[in-house]
This record gives sequence, C-alpha cells and structure tokens, in this order.
Amino acid sequence: MEAIILQVLNGLDKGSAYALIALGLTLIFGTLGVVNFAHGALFMIGAFCAVTLSRIISLSHEVVDETQTDFLGNPLKVEVPYVYDWFGQAAGDTIIDWAVPLSIIFAIPVMVAIGVLMERGLIKHFYKRPHADQILVTFGLAIVLQEIIKYYYGANPIPTPAPSAFVGSFDFGIMLGFEPNQIIYPYWRIIYFGFAAIIIGAVFAFLQFTTFGMVVRAGMADRETVQLLGINIDRRFTLMFGIAAAVAGLAGVMYTPINSPNYHMGMDFLVLSFVVVVVGGMGSLPGAVAAGFLLGILESFASMREVLNVLPGLNQIIIYLVAIIILLTRPRGLMGRKGVMED
Amino acid sequence: MFGLEAKDFRLLLLVALLTMAAPFILNPFPVDSGMAQFNAGYPDLMQRFVIFGIFAIGFNILFGLTGYLSFGHAAFLGVGSYAAMWMMKLLTMNVIPGILVSVVVAGIFSLAVGWISLRRSGIYFSILTLAFAQMSYSLAYSVLTPITGGETGLQPKVTDPRILDAALTGNAPKANLFGLEMGSSTDLVMGGWVFTFNVGYYVAAVVMIFAFYMSIRIFRSPFGMMLRAVKSNQQRLNYTGLNAKPYTLAAFVISGMYAGLAGGLMVAMDTQVGAERMFWTASGEVVLMSILGGVGTLIGPVLGAGAIKYMENILSKINKDILYEWFAFLPDGLQDFVITLVYPFIGKGWHLTLGLIFMAVVIFLPGGLVEGGQRIAAMFKRKKPSDNTPDGKTTPAE
Repeated sequence: MEAIILQVLNGLDKGSAYALIALGLTLIFGTLGVVNFAHGALFMIGAFCAVTLSRIISLSHEVVDETQTDFLGNPLKVEVPYVYDWFGQAAGDTIIDWAVPLSIIFAIPVMVAIGVLMERGLIKHFYKRPHADQILVTFGLAIVLQEIIKYYYGANPIPTPAPSAFVGSFDFGIMLGFEPNQIIYPYWRIIYFGFAAIIIGAVFAFLQFTTFGMVVRAGMADRETVQLLGINIDRRFTLMFGIAAAVAGLAGVMYTPINSPNYHMGMDFLVLSFVVVVVGGMGSLPGAVAAGFLLGILESFASMREVLNVLPGLNQIIIYLVAIIILLTRPRGLMGRKGVMED
Repeated sequence: MFGLEAKDFRLLLLVALLTMAAPFILNPFPVDSGMAQFNAGYPDLMQRFVIFGIFAIGFNILFGLTGYLSFGHAAFLGVGSYAAMWMMKLLTMNVIPGILVSVVVAGIFSLAVGWISLRRSGIYFSILTLAFAQMSYSLAYSVLTPITGGETGLQPKVTDPRILDAALTGNAPKANLFGLEMGSSTDLVMGGWVFTFNVGYYVAAVVMIFAFYMSIRIFRSPFGMMLRAVKSNQQRLNYTGLNAKPYTLAAFVISGMYAGLAGGLMVAMDTQVGAERMFWTASGEVVLMSILGGVGTLIGPVLGAGAIKYMENILSKINKDILYEWFAFLPDGLQDFVITLVYPFIGKGWHLTLGLIFMAVVIFLPGGLVEGGQRIAAMFKRKKPSDNTPDGKTTPAE
C-alpha cells in the first residue's frame, strides 16, 4: 500500500509537466489546427526565464567593507546585490531566495509575447500548408531556439534552487497513518503538482466561464460560422497561442528546481508530450490532462523494483508501449472527439 | 542503358563520375593554403557523405514518394549497424556478410514496424514511428545490453570467435574486403595538393551508386507511380478498388533496408556502434537532409546529405582565431563587430545555421536545393516555353 501511494505521488510531478505541455499543444492544435513541434522549446525558454530572473535579481556591485580586512590588512571588497541597497539585507535575501516563484510574474508576459510573435511571424503562414510542413518548420524553429539558448547560457545544466523554505521532504505517510519515513515526498514536488492543478483549472475556467473563452470554444467547433457573425476569431486564436506558450513556459519555470535547466530539456519533453497528446486524443483538452497524469503515474509504477525484476527495462518504454496500443485499438485516443484528425 | 531512359542514365553517369572523382573535387585547395580547412576530401568525411547519401535516398523513397513522414528511421540504421557488427564478431571481419545481413535484418525489423505503423497515417504515423524508434533506443541502452553493449556500445575484440577467419590472432581486428583493409588509403601528392584514395570510401561509393540506380528504377517503375498516387490522393486510390497498404508497406520496407545498408556500411568503415545513432534526433537529421536537398527528387537527398555533413564537419571547425584572420583587413572596431555578428553561426553554433537554413528552405523553397537550382537555371534561360518538361533529375514527385 505504501509503495503504491509513493509511486502515485512520484508520478504526479512528471505527470504535471506532461499534462501542462500537452494542454498547450492541444490548445494550439484545437484552435489553430497546427502541430507545434516547437512547444518543447517554449517549455525550455520558460525554464530559462527563471534562470534569467534569478541572475538579474542577484546582480551585484562591489563595495569596500571597512569592518573586514583580507590577509594583507587591506579593507575587503564585497559583492553586494543591488536588492540589498533597495530593500535592505533581510528582504533582499528573501527576494533572491524566492527567485523561482517570482519568475512566474516575469515569465507570463515574456512567454505570451513570444507566443504571439511566433504565431504572427511564422505559423500564420502555415495554416493552409500540410501538417508535414507545419511539423517541419516548427521542428526547425525548435532547433533555432534551442541553439540560441545554448549560445547565451552554455551547454551545461544551470542549477536553480527552490526557496529554502521548500527544501527538504515532507513525511506524507504519517498523515495517512503509516509508519514514519515510509512515504517521503519533497515539498517542491507537492507545490509543482498544486501549481499545475491551478494552471489547468485556470485555463479550463477561462475557456468555460468567460465570454472570450466562449468565443474561442465556438471557434474551435466551427470557425467559419463564428467569422460570419462578425467576430475577429483570428485575433483571439493568436492570443490563445500566447496563452498556450505561457502555460508551457510556466511549466518550465516551476520545473527548474526539480531538474536543472539545460538547452535540450525541451526536446526531451516534447517527444513524450506528443505521445501524451495522441494518447489523450488530438484536440481534447481533458484528454490531454488525463493522459499526462496517467502516463506520468504509469511510468513511475513501471520503475518499481518489483516490476523491473519481472519485466526489465519496462520503465524506459512504458509510455511508448501504451501509446502504440492506444493508437492501434482506439485511434481517436482516450477522449478524442469524433472527426478530429482520425485518419 | 541498364533499363534507364537517356536522361536518367546521364544523371546516373554524372553521379557515378562525381563520386569516383570525389577525392579530387572535394580537395580544391592546396594543403598549405589558408583555405585548406575547407577541403572535405578526407576519407572519414567522404565516407559519411556517401553513407548518409544512401540513408537519405532510402528515406526519400518513403517520404518523397508516399508522403508518409517517418520520424523513426534511425532505428533501422541502428539495427543494421548492430547486425553487421555481430556478423563481424561471430563470422568474419570481411564486410560483405555484415552488409548483407544488415540489410536483411533491417528489412525484417522495418516490416514489423511498418506493419503496425502504417495502420495509421498523417501525424499519427509520425508519432508511431517515433515511438518505435525511441523504444528501440531505450531498450538498446538498457535491457538489451548483452546484445548491444549498452552505453559502451560494441567493438570487435581480438577474443571474438570469428568462425571464418579464426586464423586471425594477435593484432587488432580490422574490417576488410577479402584482405583489403577498409582503413587503408593511398596518398597522391601533386604539387601543393594531396589527394587521399581510401578503400572504404570506394567500397561505400560503389554501393551508393548501386543504391542510387535502384532508386531511379523505383522512381520510374509502375510501382513508383502507385506510390505517387498514394501521396497525391489516397482516397481516390481506394475508390478505384486498389489497396494502398501493400504499396506503402513495400516502400517502408525498402527505405528501411536502405537505412540498414547505411548502418552496415557505417560499421564497415568505422568498426563501432552505439545506441545513440538510434536516437530520434538522428531520425530528424535524415528528415532535414531530404527536405534541404529537395524531397521527391532523385538527386536532392544526396545533395542534402552532403550539404549537412559538410556543414557539420567544416563549419564547426572554424573558430574565433580563424575569423580574426579572415577579417584582418577590416579596421579594428569593425572587425570585432563583424566577428561578434558571425561568431554565433559557426563553430559550435553550426546547428543554429542549420536550423535557420532549414526553416528558410521549408518556408520559401519547399522543393529544396533542387528547386533553388531550377529557379536559378530558369532565370538564365527565360526564353524557353515554361511548359517544357523539366529534365529527369529535377522532376518532383507530385
């Protein structure tokens, strides 16, 4: 029992990342009908937003400290971050410590801007071209974005720690009445899961309960009729692209403490997220989210030692295996709508 | 000749001449000159040109003719490599059995993968092939370590059984063709120039010319016509009472065998194999090659493979010092400025250049380099009527 709960929990954080990226992919596919291979790159750019902001925050200048001396007896020069000058030392430390959560505020406008720019600058011209062309051009764009990031940030992973308040683990087992130290779970992963749940809820609420969302849903169902009603659906879809980019970016921002960002993390996640979208059903938002969590949890179950003893290597291939089985038996995916990309 | 029309035969002859004379053509600069780093005529790179040429020719038979975009072709290349390597470990260091077995094994593997993947089309087909390739890669890395060597990969060892040439003892085993070592080369010094003739390269080149010939025959055959029909309108094909699946499956297996052949040749040239050549970025690379050169054309994939491998090996060698040498004629401030502008695109950043060129090709030149060449040619002979049928080497698949 403990093992099962632990594996479910372990699957949640990866599952959250899959679900968030797949949600963005599905939003783009459902609204614009474009298969976006650059979505993983957006996830990666989000992660590097966090890196950038934490670098900006800890920008510092040299100050001569009279109270300390180095070994020659000269006054010591110390690096003082600018935030100390503005907010005082205690507040400054807190700000530096909380760089990753603060990056959320920084990342949203940046990612929306990148998304809108991408749609207006490039993808707009590919609506009428075959899906293969869309895949190819966004694949090229992904390479370009990845290389730009690599040029400015280097090829090595950049550790970006979570706030110190969330370092350490949480003994989940005690809460449920198990022995101590049976089910331990890092705080940040709980936060990541909660964050993902909030974002997913916000996107669904936005689509369900606002007029804007209603128009977008109508456009997804029948674009032409909406246009005939005199609504500029293109502009709304462009904004949806921006929102999808922001969702992927936020998934990346919050993922940095779990996995130090490097330039190819996007590609690693992209392949899996595509599999998730296909399993969930192309164009189905709930399907994407459900499949994301499902595959994340399945993957963590497959990496249990008991399972690996029976079927070695299963953890490596489980996601692809599930995808192949689903595609062959239920081509529409778990929750795919009828008539959407069925061939 | 050889069952080809005159135009196709001329193209084949041209390709054969170019590959045979490649050590001369690719070494246009004297060794001592500053431009010597642009020489591509060294054996390792020339072998890569022809091997990836074969890979791309095979990929083009699938993607160019039927329009099915496979994102998992590197798996067949990897399987072919492993098969050839095992032949070398168990049977003989002669490359012939290895290459033959690699084609057969890759063919069987692609039959299995194609049988399942071709039940869907479009994006689903791409994802299915991607999933199969990633599965093969992960398995090769983890569970199949006894067969694949896992992270260290496979190399022939002195202790391997090698039933056929058991006499070989002591010295490190080398791939050969009836005693002619693949790695051996002859240098021809002519003035400032040095031309290297490598046995391995010529073996691979002969195989590539044969592969190219087969691809011309497939393109011009009724079978090739059926594949084009699948691409242009599969539904109509079904309505006329024809089942497209056997044709697409055959195309898939043929292109898988080409990939296996390329994998076998890779092992024959450089006797080692690792799982990373099955990674999906390797599959993406062959897609890039085909698109860049011109998908659906005969010569395009070979051009694309050559262009990408040239960039990978030559562009990535340029470093900051060489740039300073080149722009030394500029005033200091301007020199630094130009170098800062150019630097991100060369050296380690060559992928950036590749990505940009690739995007530009997809956006502006869907026919790739071949279409670019056609357009330039058309600018110079504007007087000819436009309904003139284009010559054999540049006919797109549609």
